[in-house]
Amino acid sequence: MAVKFEELGDGQFQLDVCGYSCPHPQMYTKKALQKMSGGDVLTLVFDNPSSGESIAAMCENEGNELFEREDNNGSFIWKIRKG
Amino acid sequence: MSKEPGVYVDLTVDEGPSGWFTQKENRYAAAIMALVALGSVWALLQDTRWVYLLVYVWFGLAYGMFLQYGRFCMASAVRDLFAVGVPRMAVGIMIAVCLYSLVAATVQVSGFNAFHPHPLGWHIIIGGLIFGFGIIFTGGCATGSLYKAGEGNLGSVLVIISISFSQAIFVVLGGWFDKFAPASWTTSALDKGMPEELSVTQGWFDLFTAGYVWDLKGSTLAAMLGVSNPIVASYLINSLLVTILPAIVIVVLLYAFYYRKGHVRREKIEQPVLKDHIRGIWSMVTSSKNTAIAGIGLGAFAGLHVWVTGILRDHYGIFNFGEMLADMGHKAGLSIQDTVFDPGYWYITTQEAQWGAWVMETMGMDMRDNIFFGLDNGVPNPLINAPGFMSIGIILGAAVLALLRREFKIKVPSMETVVFALVGGLLMGIGARVAMGCNIGAYFATVSNGDPSGWLFLLGMVAGGYVGVKLFNLWISWRVSRSDDFAL
Repeated sequence: MAVKFEELGDGQFQLDVCGYSCPHPQMYTKKALQKMSGGDVLTLVFDNPSSGESIAAMCENEGNELFEREDNNGSFIWKIRKG
Repeated sequence: MSKEPGVYVDLTVDEGPSGWFTQKENRYAAAIMALVALGSVWALLQDTRWVYLLVYVWFGLAYGMFLQYGRFCMASAVRDLFAVGVPRMAVGIMIAVCLYSLVAATVQVSGFNAFHPHPLGWHIIIGGLIFGFGIIFTGGCATGSLYKAGEGNLGSVLVIISISFSQAIFVVLGGWFDKFAPASWTTSALDKGMPEELSVTQGWFDLFTAGYVWDLKGSTLAAMLGVSNPIVASYLINSLLVTILPAIVIVVLLYAFYYRKGHVRREKIEQPVLKDHIRGIWSMVTSSKNTAIAGIGLGAFAGLHVWVTGILRDHYGIFNFGEMLADMGHKAGLSIQDTVFDPGYWYITTQEAQWGAWVMETMGMDMRDNIFFGLDNGVPNPLINAPGFMSIGIILGAAVLALLRREFKIKVPSMETVVFALVGGLLMGIGARVAMGCNIGAYFATVSNGDPSGWLFLLGMVAGGYVGVKLFNLWISWRVSRSDDFAL
C-alpha cells in the first residue's frame, strides 16, 4: 500500500493513493502536479471521499482542469489536465 | 436528511426485485436506521425519561449526516488552507458558526440556553496550539474522525481511541508531572477547600483546574458590557459582534489570500473593482454547495439542540442528567455531586475521555480522585452516557449517508497512518483538555454563544496547524525522495 506515481508515456501520468486518508491524497496530488508540465494528464486513483472535495477545489483554484470523474463504491478515478 | 425513526418504514415499502432494497448498501443503511429506531422505542418503553439521552442520539445522527454530506472537518479547514491553498472548509465553518449564533441568540432570548462561557486565559491558546498541531497528523479533528469512522476508516477509529485514553490518563496523571505545576497553583487549589477524596493537590490537571482555571473569569461579551436587554445582548452583541462580524472579516481575508487570484483569472477580469470582488466572495462561499449546505444544516441543528435540551431540562426540572440518572437508580457512574457530563449541546471530547476512564476503571484503576471525573463529569457506563451516544450517533449517521452515497469503504490503515493516528490523537487529547474543549466545545460552541474565548482557541489552533503542515510537508518530501515509486 505505497503511494505510486508513474509516467505512462506521452504526457500521461498516474498517481495511486488508495488506502490513504487526509491529508495524504491531496498533498501527493499537489506534489505530482508540480512534477508535470502544462497540458499533461494525471489519472488519479484514490479512495478517501473527503480528499476529493479538496482536490476538486485545488484544481479550480490553480487552473487545472478536472475533466473526468469516475466514482465507484468508495473508489475514485479522476483525470486532471494540468493548466 | 431526516432523523425520525419513520424513515425506515418508508424505505421498506419500496421492495421489489429491481428495487431500492436489492442493493446491499441500502439494506445496511436501513438496518442502521432500524436499529436506532428500535433502540429508541425499547429505551422509551423502559422509561420515558430516556428521551433526554435519545435526543443526543438523534441530534448525533443528524450531525453525522451533515458532516458526511459536506465532508465537514475542522482539521481540513486549517490543513487544506496551508497545505494546498483551498479555503473551502474554512468558509464552511464560518457559515456554520454564523447560523449557529443566530439560532443560539434566539434560544437565549427564549430563555432555554444552557451555555456556560469558558474561563479566559493563556491555556486556551496553548491548548489550541497542541490540538491544532495534532489534527494535521490524524487527518481529522475530533468530530471529523467520528464521521470518517462512519465511512469505514479504521485509522479514524484509532484516533478516537487515542483521544479517549490520552485525555483520561492526562487528567489523572500525578507524581513526577506535578513538578510542572507552579507552587502558586497548589496554594490556590488548597484555598478552594475541596473534599479530601479528590486530592486536588495531587495531579497536574487538578492543580491546573483548581489553582489556575478557577481563578480566571469568562463571560459573554454582552455580560462583560453589562447589556441587559435580551434582544440587544443576544442578537446585536453576542451574535453580530462576537460571531458574524469576525466571521465576515475572516471570509474576506480568505478571499484575498486564497481565492482572489484564481477568481480574477477564471473570470478574465482585467481591472477588478469592488463589485468583482464581492462577486468573487459569493463565488467562493457557494463554490462547494455541499459544504455550504452542511454548514447551514449543522449551524441550525446545533442551535436547535441547545433549545430542545433546554426545554427537556425545564420539563423534568433538572440542571444535569446526573440528577435524572440518580432518580432512576443509576448512581454508579455519577460524580460526588451526582452529576455527569451533560453539556446540552454539540460537544465531542469529554465524553470520549469518559469512555477511556470507564475502561480503565473497569480494569481496576482509580479514576475519580480528581476534579475532572470525581467532581464534575463522573465516569458513567457507556450504555448510559448521553453525550457519548451523540458521538455514536455521529458515526452511525455518517455511515448511513456514506452507504447511501456508495462512499462507505472499510479502510485498513498503513503503519504510517497508525502511528500518526495514535500520536496525533494523543496530542489532540492533551490539547483539548488544556483548552477545555476541542474545536467544537472550545471554539464552535463558545463564539456562537457570544463568548470571545473561542477566537483565542482558533488562533492557537491555526498556529499549531500551520506548524503541523510545515512539518508534514517535510515528511512527505522526505518520503517522496526515498521512494522509487514516486521518483521520476
